[in-house]
Amino acid sequence: MKKVLAISLLTTALSLPTISAAHDFWLLPSSTVLSGNDSWVTFDGAVSNDKFHFNHRPLRLANLIITGPNGATLKPQNPHIGKLRSSFDLKLPEAGTYRIAAVNDGVMALWKENGEDKRWFGTAAELAGKVPSKADDLRILQRGSRVETFVTQGRPTPIEAPESGLGIRPLTHPNDLFTNETAIFIVTLDGRPLPNVEVELVPGGQRYRNQIKEIITTTNENGEFEVTWPNAGQYWLHFEHRDNKTSVPQAQSRNLSYTATLEVLPE
Amino acid sequence: MNTVTLLALASAFPAGTALAGELSLDLTLPRIDTAEYHRPYVAVWLESDDRKVVRDLALWYDTQMADDEGRTWLKDLRQWWRLSGRYQDTPADGVSSATRPVGKHNITIAADAPALQNLPAGHYEVVVEAAREKGGRELIRLPLPWPLEKAVAEQQNGKHELGEISLKASP
Repeated sequence: MKKVLAISLLTTALSLPTISAAHDFWLLPSSTVLSGNDSWVTFDGAVSNDKFHFNHRPLRLANLIITGPNGATLKPQNPHIGKLRSSFDLKLPEAGTYRIAAVNDGVMALWKENGEDKRWFGTAAELAGKVPSKADDLRILQRGSRVETFVTQGRPTPIEAPESGLGIRPLTHPNDLFTNETAIFIVTLDGRPLPNVEVELVPGGQRYRNQIKEIITTTNENGEFEVTWPNAGQYWLHFEHRDNKTSVPQAQSRNLSYTATLEVLPE
Repeated sequence: MNTVTLLALASAFPAGTALAGELSLDLTLPRIDTAEYHRPYVAVWLESDDRKVVRDLALWYDTQMADDEGRTWLKDLRQWWRLSGRYQDTPADGVSSATRPVGKHNITIAADAPALQNLPAGHYEVVVEAAREKGGRELIRLPLPWPLEKAVAEQQNGKHELGEISLKASP
């Protein structure tokens, strides 16, 4: 897990080291750039520390949001939840870019009851019934995450930043990434550029090398970061943010995370 | 004008010469020793050095499949697909034709071909990209200043999917 998050947790009063024990999430598309008239992509989703290797848990598909080029929502086909991964298929009925995202918005509460540590995860709506309104060391956190990827059939169409939570507004289209070329993305928070956030990129194929070879960079004052792709392959893009702009009244802070899978093609 | 017609016209002249204003490209598809050989998909295009002007010159792909299913693999011509193919409703309409066998082929682009009309002055490259099913991919670039002020004769040799490529043009 991220060193940055671990440090920021240690330095805040709301220290919650349990979060940094979480594994990483990812979606993996079988193709990202497609031609022809009958295009299908299959996706794997998993939770594991080794990016794109299935060795821990499947990704839950309950909060999958697939958006087509015209803004319409599409349904995944043949969804399957296995022991180590989940998968689903998607037909691309028209030209343009598709956004495939698992979006989660939940609440975590921690408190003590008779000296015993209690922990609860759920939705904001369930909070009142499940968590005491007063308890020793009661801490309530809103948690939002977006795990996504992009695929394009034919002509690419623009990607908008998500209205809430963390996201990206790509200046370089995510389905137009090539080795040795530089791509620029804007990191957004609630749709607006987020300066000075640390961004991590991890190339796939981690099992076949001894170092992670992550790329760490920081967004500039316009929320932009750039990366020059050293190799072709799948990349795991990740960043996090923490503030107190919660939409859940009982929560003292919100923890947000963003993850995308980006495919870089050889020149 | 379609490439087949262009080739037919070209065959009336000795190979390797270019009439005023036309482009003549000799392109060799090498014999490749493999258990399962498929003819490569090939795209030839003209590209300005800032990539803002891209003109298709030829596209060889599997045109004979039902429902034009051969287009499914056009994306394997990765650079052509990203710069040109995917922005067209009917990719390379008018310059597409069937895949070609191993051997030497000529592509002649007539001076009055649509690809050469209203071409802004600049530094261009003629780009040849080949991708083969169960095989590799290769891309070769030959410089072409435009408009032509003197005769151009460029030659390069591919290492994998392409053999000798030569470009001739004269003002």
